[in-house]
Amino acid sequence: MSTVATTPKARPRGERGPLASILLHATLVAATLISIFPVVWLVLTSLKPRDGWLSSELEIFNRPSLDNYARVLGETAFPTWLLNSVLAAALTTVLGVFVASTTGYAISRFRFPGHRGVMWLLLVTQMFPVAILIVPLYNLMAGLGLLNQIPGLVVAYLTVAVPFCAWMMKSYFDTIPREIDQAGMVDGLTPFGTFWRVVLPLARPSLAVTAFYSFMTAWGEVAYATVFMSQEEKRTLGVGLQQFVGQHWSDWGLLTASAVLIAIPAAIVFLLVQRHLVTGLTAGATKS
Amino acid sequence: MATSTGRVPSTARDRAAGADGARGRRGGEPGRVRLALTRHWYAWAMIAPVIVVTCVLVGWPLARGVYLSLTDATEANVGRTIGVNVIPATYEFVGLDNYLSILSSGLFWERLGWTVLWTAVCVGLHYGLGLGLAMLLHRKVRGRSVYRVLLILPWAIPGFVSAFIWRYLFNSDYGVINAMLKAAGLGAVGWLDDPTTAKIAVIAVNVWLGVPFMMVALLGGLQSIPGELYEAAEVDGATPWQRFRHITLPGLRSVSSTVVLLGTIWTFNQFPVIYLITKGGPGSSTEILVTYAFREAFTGVRNYSGSATWGVLILALLVVLATVYRRALRRQGEVW
Repeated sequence: MSTVATTPKARPRGERGPLASILLHATLVAATLISIFPVVWLVLTSLKPRDGWLSSELEIFNRPSLDNYARVLGETAFPTWLLNSVLAAALTTVLGVFVASTTGYAISRFRFPGHRGVMWLLLVTQMFPVAILIVPLYNLMAGLGLLNQIPGLVVAYLTVAVPFCAWMMKSYFDTIPREIDQAGMVDGLTPFGTFWRVVLPLARPSLAVTAFYSFMTAWGEVAYATVFMSQEEKRTLGVGLQQFVGQHWSDWGLLTASAVLIAIPAAIVFLLVQRHLVTGLTAGATKS
Repeated sequence: MATSTGRVPSTARDRAAGADGARGRRGGEPGRVRLALTRHWYAWAMIAPVIVVTCVLVGWPLARGVYLSLTDATEANVGRTIGVNVIPATYEFVGLDNYLSILSSGLFWERLGWTVLWTAVCVGLHYGLGLGLAMLLHRKVRGRSVYRVLLILPWAIPGFVSAFIWRYLFNSDYGVINAMLKAAGLGAVGWLDDPTTAKIAVIAVNVWLGVPFMMVALLGGLQSIPGELYEAAEVDGATPWQRFRHITLPGLRSVSSTVVLLGTIWTFNQFPVIYLITKGGPGSSTEILVTYAFREAFTGVRNYSGSATWGVLILALLVVLATVYRRALRRQGEVW
């Protein structure tokens, strides 16, 4: 993976010699292989028969088996964890996108006292290390009776996801001309109506990125979940999976199968929004 | 529409929001509060949920964390309720003792050194590789969208899943990396058993995880640079390197400054990779500041005050970093 430009000097822009093309494709193929190899290996390992993970040989094509999947779904608490994770991630996504877009809209369109303060707050909150918050937050959750409760976890995730998302939404709203809002107002819509019916539909790429980010935050979080969800039946996937590969006993067959099952919904959400990722992020990054 | 400037008395929210309150702190006739309310209630209502939740779940724990760091609270002496018995808290205020003992211990500086190295190497590689790939993908190349999807894939896999996958790949007995080394005639390496190789391993994983974000953001940045600039430069006889140096890099400045700052913060606080792959080990050689603070708080006798002190120190470091970084950008004329 080199950053060297592969276009020879004397050629017009947009055209390349065959050698440069080969180099370009070779680099991209190499990078792609590195990027997908661990995932491919994960899928292949999960399809090995029981205890097949103990060897690194590719016997997969000889006797593929769904044994690991059957065990994960039938003999472990995986379905419960999955349900908890789905609930937490879905709630975080819906609430996160909604709250982030209203906040983003407010700081993009209105100049109100506290405007800069809110911008700073959103930026600084992103820096907060889990380490400093986790103990007091644990005590707070315990006091409010929110330990081992999915809503408690969701609220904690929102504090992680929303600042970044609001920042992104703000940047995207900045690129939407104000005249559009004014047209909505002239047509007799309330400010909220303008936001909801006129501006929000235009912000779809950014909404997609925001949803993706919120979902991934909740779906892949480990530290808060480990501490807050101590009851067996309240665990989320990130917590539960650690059991499969503990210090004294590990079964990578179970782990790889469940990892594939977890990665699938994430990959689906990702494929749905990936077209928007570049547009959404660009506005987010270039204009802030 | 409501685009007035902030010439109204500051509100509690303004102050709670922290910095830069000075801006709205002029005026003071009583009628202004109502005026401000009628004019701005709408904006305030829209941001209220975020502010309230942030203050309760970040502001309060933060204040509490700072307070805990000034005490000697551990699991043994905090108040708790067992059944009907309420055991009162017996920890005491100890002033700056925690800070003194941590800052004078070699451990902190050792962990800080590794954390800084970890952050610098990771962010450097994220940015370099991300920029390289973004520039390749920005060209007209057959199968570009396929390459793009496959290259972003590591981003689509939840972080903890990736951490587990890599732990398996690095496994010294049945990991595929050692199998490849053996096939190539080299000896197996106990990747996660030796401090140096364990460090290399966690950096490799984090680079693998973080490049797609940089690549996507920088690709977006590249697309926003007008093509005419390159054409004009080419007419003027600029070499590819000159075009890169004088058009591409300046054109990417605002994207770069944002993603590098975000990347630095994220890497500095990167918890799952270290925690799930090495648990900070062997020994505590790969422990970064965040994972160490977590370990203090939740393993053995839970040392709440110690952990909170580490947390405050980490936060202070990040705030200083972000401030210096913003100053530097502003001096270069970047408005942000």
